[in-house]
Amino acid sequence: MRVIGVLALQGDFEAHGAALARLGVDSRPVRTAEEVRASAGLVLPGGESTTMWKLMEGTGIAEAIVAVARRGDPLFVTCAGAILAARRITSPDRNGLGLLDATAVRNAYGRQLDSAVVTLTDLDRSVLGSEPLEAVFIRAPKLADLGPGVEVLARRNGDPVLVRDGNLVAATFHPELADDVRVYDLVFGGAAARAA
Amino acid sequence: MSSTPVFSTPFTSDAFRVKVGLAEMLKGGVIMDVVNAEQAKIAEDAGASAVMALERVPADIRRDGGVARMSPVSKIREIEAAVSIPVMAKCRIGHIAEARVLESLEVDFIDESEVLTPADEENHVYKHDFKVPFVCGCRNLGEALRRIGEGAAMIRTKGEAGTGDIVHAVKHLRAVTRQMKSLTLLSRDEWMAAAKQLAAPFELVVWVAEHGKLPVPNFAAGGVATPADAALCRILGAEAVFVGSGIFKSDDPANRARAIVEATTHWDDPARVAAASEKLVEGMKGIEAGKLVESELLQTRGW
Repeated sequence: MRVIGVLALQGDFEAHGAALARLGVDSRPVRTAEEVRASAGLVLPGGESTTMWKLMEGTGIAEAIVAVARRGDPLFVTCAGAILAARRITSPDRNGLGLLDATAVRNAYGRQLDSAVVTLTDLDRSVLGSEPLEAVFIRAPKLADLGPGVEVLARRNGDPVLVRDGNLVAATFHPELADDVRVYDLVFGGAAARAA
Repeated sequence: MSSTPVFSTPFTSDAFRVKVGLAEMLKGGVIMDVVNAEQAKIAEDAGASAVMALERVPADIRRDGGVARMSPVSKIREIEAAVSIPVMAKCRIGHIAEARVLESLEVDFIDESEVLTPADEENHVYKHDFKVPFVCGCRNLGEALRRIGEGAAMIRTKGEAGTGDIVHAVKHLRAVTRQMKSLTLLSRDEWMAAAKQLAAPFELVVWVAEHGKLPVPNFAAGGVATPADAALCRILGAEAVFVGSGIFKSDDPANRARAIVEATTHWDDPARVAAASEKLVEGMKGIEAGKLVESELLQTRGW
């Protein structure tokens, strides 16, 4: 059976696997293009995006991620993962995978001293309900220049921090480091139901 | 994060969660010692997940002697300006003022390190007082839990820095793993005696007994010189690897750095570790750690 693949080149992929397990969703770490392609959906975790780019170079992993996205399988990208998925990336400037129609501004809040646990109240209530969402921001990026097809599901001081672009959901924070499963449900509710 | 916290307040605070959060992000990666911006750039380009600023790499400290201190402020600023990945820096054991200076420079992580000459023979820094996270070295579980008790958000083995000999990192990784496994076999009645024997905080002993792992990420350091050394640390349970002298004391730092990054990710695939190692030439010559006399050891600094 095809299961959700968690890109495990570097970063907090284990935390994602544990969060998925709590939801009853089967996942496995993936490190090659073949493993990525064989996944029923993908998580691109937090970590260092520059490190992940280096480890993807010449492996076909980037193309495989795009192929999984194009066939409509669910994609969940957090922090560094959101940076990889973006159309454009700044500091340093480069192109991303182009799966999220937005620009990712790296380290936009500053250094580790600016990392924080924040309670988000500016939510799209029709999607997430009315309960505030606890969000762990670690050296987080910001998302800018959102395309017309990108829905904003949560904001922090006006900045979009949780967005949906078709079958992709991107968080600039780390739902995998909190207990609230609403964000995962949003992405893998369907996959979890299919597996059941 | 446990759903039924047994810790007293500092460990469940948002401040501590954010510290451990950054340590989580560094998992599966390689943190490289650098002394200037040029080396930091080489490390970042090779795929380092963070760089560690220090005055001299451990092999040079060992060779030249003298008092090893925090990196000069100008160098730390230069390194922070040169790279976009996290910048860590070392302070001397117990040197509260160096730690405060590093925090004011907004480094992303402080390593209270035995590689530098200790400033306090009895006490380590009380790390919960800081907003910046700390990593500390250990040789066994008791030492790891004492440092976590003081507020360390990441633990690494001490190994024997600056030797290029992996033997002591292996010894310390094995010791921590073995002691954690042993704790999980105990009944509740035996926990306090174990805490006494480990000289470790009781609450942390209970946490390890119930979870079979440390409550913060567990990395390896000290003597990593080759891609296979890095893979070995991962096989033995280290969640990421620090490399000190092994890169910039080799003949080809950029390629060696890249190969160690590759081997750390693909540690479980020997063909990939072999491929990563293929183009490498001479590694650092190294010193056999077992031939060092007691006074030359760095790992015995701190407790």
